[in-house]
Amino acid sequence: MSTPARYWREIPQRYRLEANKCKNCGKIFFPPRLICNVCQSQELEKTKLAETGKVLTYTIIRVPPHRFVDQAPYAVGIVALDDGTKIAGQIVDCDFGDIKIGMNVRVEFRKIYEMGESGILCYGYKFVPQ
Amino acid sequence: MREVAAIGVGITKWGELWKKSFRDIYVETALLALKDAGVDRVDSIYVGSMSSGLFVGQEHIAALLADYLGQAPIPSARVETACASGGLALKLGYMEVASGMSDVVLVSGIEKMTDVSGNEATYALGTAADQEYEGYHGITFPGLYALIAMAHMEKYGTTREQLAMVSVKNHKNGAKNPVAQFPFEVTVDQVLDSVMVADPLRILDCSPITDGAAAIVLYPAELARKYGKPLVKIIGLGHATDTIELAQRTDITWLNSTYLAAKSAYAMADKKPEDIDIVEVHDCFTIAEICVTEALGFVEKGKGGEAVEQGLTALDGKIPVNPSGGLKAKGHPVGASGVAQAVEIVKQLRGECCDRQVPNPRIGMTQNMGGSGASSIVHIFERE
Repeated sequence: MSTPARYWREIPQRYRLEANKCKNCGKIFFPPRLICNVCQSQELEKTKLAETGKVLTYTIIRVPPHRFVDQAPYAVGIVALDDGTKIAGQIVDCDFGDIKIGMNVRVEFRKIYEMGESGILCYGYKFVPQ
Repeated sequence: MREVAAIGVGITKWGELWKKSFRDIYVETALLALKDAGVDRVDSIYVGSMSSGLFVGQEHIAALLADYLGQAPIPSARVETACASGGLALKLGYMEVASGMSDVVLVSGIEKMTDVSGNEATYALGTAADQEYEGYHGITFPGLYALIAMAHMEKYGTTREQLAMVSVKNHKNGAKNPVAQFPFEVTVDQVLDSVMVADPLRILDCSPITDGAAAIVLYPAELARKYGKPLVKIIGLGHATDTIELAQRTDITWLNSTYLAAKSAYAMADKKPEDIDIVEVHDCFTIAEICVTEALGFVEKGKGGEAVEQGLTALDGKIPVNPSGGLKAKGHPVGASGVAQAVEIVKQLRGECCDRQVPNPRIGMTQNMGGSGASSIVHIFERE
């Protein structure tokens, strides 16, 4: 099991969708990066991701990794947010049959999994149909 | 740079090798390559292995394997680019011989994946994806390729049946390969009725968990000519990367690292897609083969599904893809697959493949890929 430090480090991104943006070319990075992968500028400023977008692609995970055994089957997808960035996560609060490519979703704060019986609860974002 | 030839190849039966240890699988396979090459000592070893630490709890395998192969104290290095580790070993072996630093280099790959449970193997394979932003959300490896498949079907009209046909074709070839883990044929209906793993991918769309190794001896072509060995040269190679996270790519249906690696390899070899007679590609999932045939330039973007349906990629098609049975039927011991692809191409170019032999090929290609396409390595071979 990882130490809690590995979890804490990612909190700004996972809880608050904190990203950064290249001051030179405008590309948004999530998670934030130290150097732009387009223009190599190291001048980046904090920004926050859009909280709505569209499903670009999705699947239903039927054979899960061990941490997600009690959740399977569950839907995951890649969502194109309104600011142009793309992020991956679970799609929840709907029947699998209702999920469609192009569907509008909202990003919500949810529990992702429990790190074992005595471990921490891990939170982050999931996608909910709008 | 010197011309480099593959003068010996070795591969042993792949599968769930409960009775054989990691080191014994490796040594048996490497000895076959040494015998085929007619050498008993090598100058240097490269071992491709994705995750011996997670699969068998053993790191520092390069020294261990050199020792058990009776080759210590020569230099030996393990290299890793996830499922493309074998391809990377071949690239580095090529560079070492081409540069003149060594004459005889053993290029090898191994993975023993059945010493851990299925869950643990799934976890180990998942470490090739972005652990913090894909794995964290419960996205598995089949899940990533399922996301690509859904998008490809939506964008290009690729059908569920076309995906199945990749599996059917590769099993048909694999049924003729004595080292294959699953040397039997399957039908489209069997694929479509198999257990769902990540929609739309079913278990018969997925490459299996495999124990296995593969090995090749590289040698300067000029010296090889003196000994009158059937000469297969490496005439081109390319290696490229992409974002580790699938979501961050501009077009998730396009394997840009494969496109760029192939572009470099074609330029180095002075060849075009039309010049390639035979190719082994990284069909870890059926959709992967479809996307790869597009990125290598054998078919237009979006036409990979049609190509398999029309038989263009069959053993007797315009461009035979995965004559060995591919990862799907032959098996996928991840670190070994890239080397095994090259073993198949060398044997095909030498005309040693019996029932699955493509008639008289001269130029062959391999494409080995790591993760959901964050690493790709392409090699081009020519029979002299």
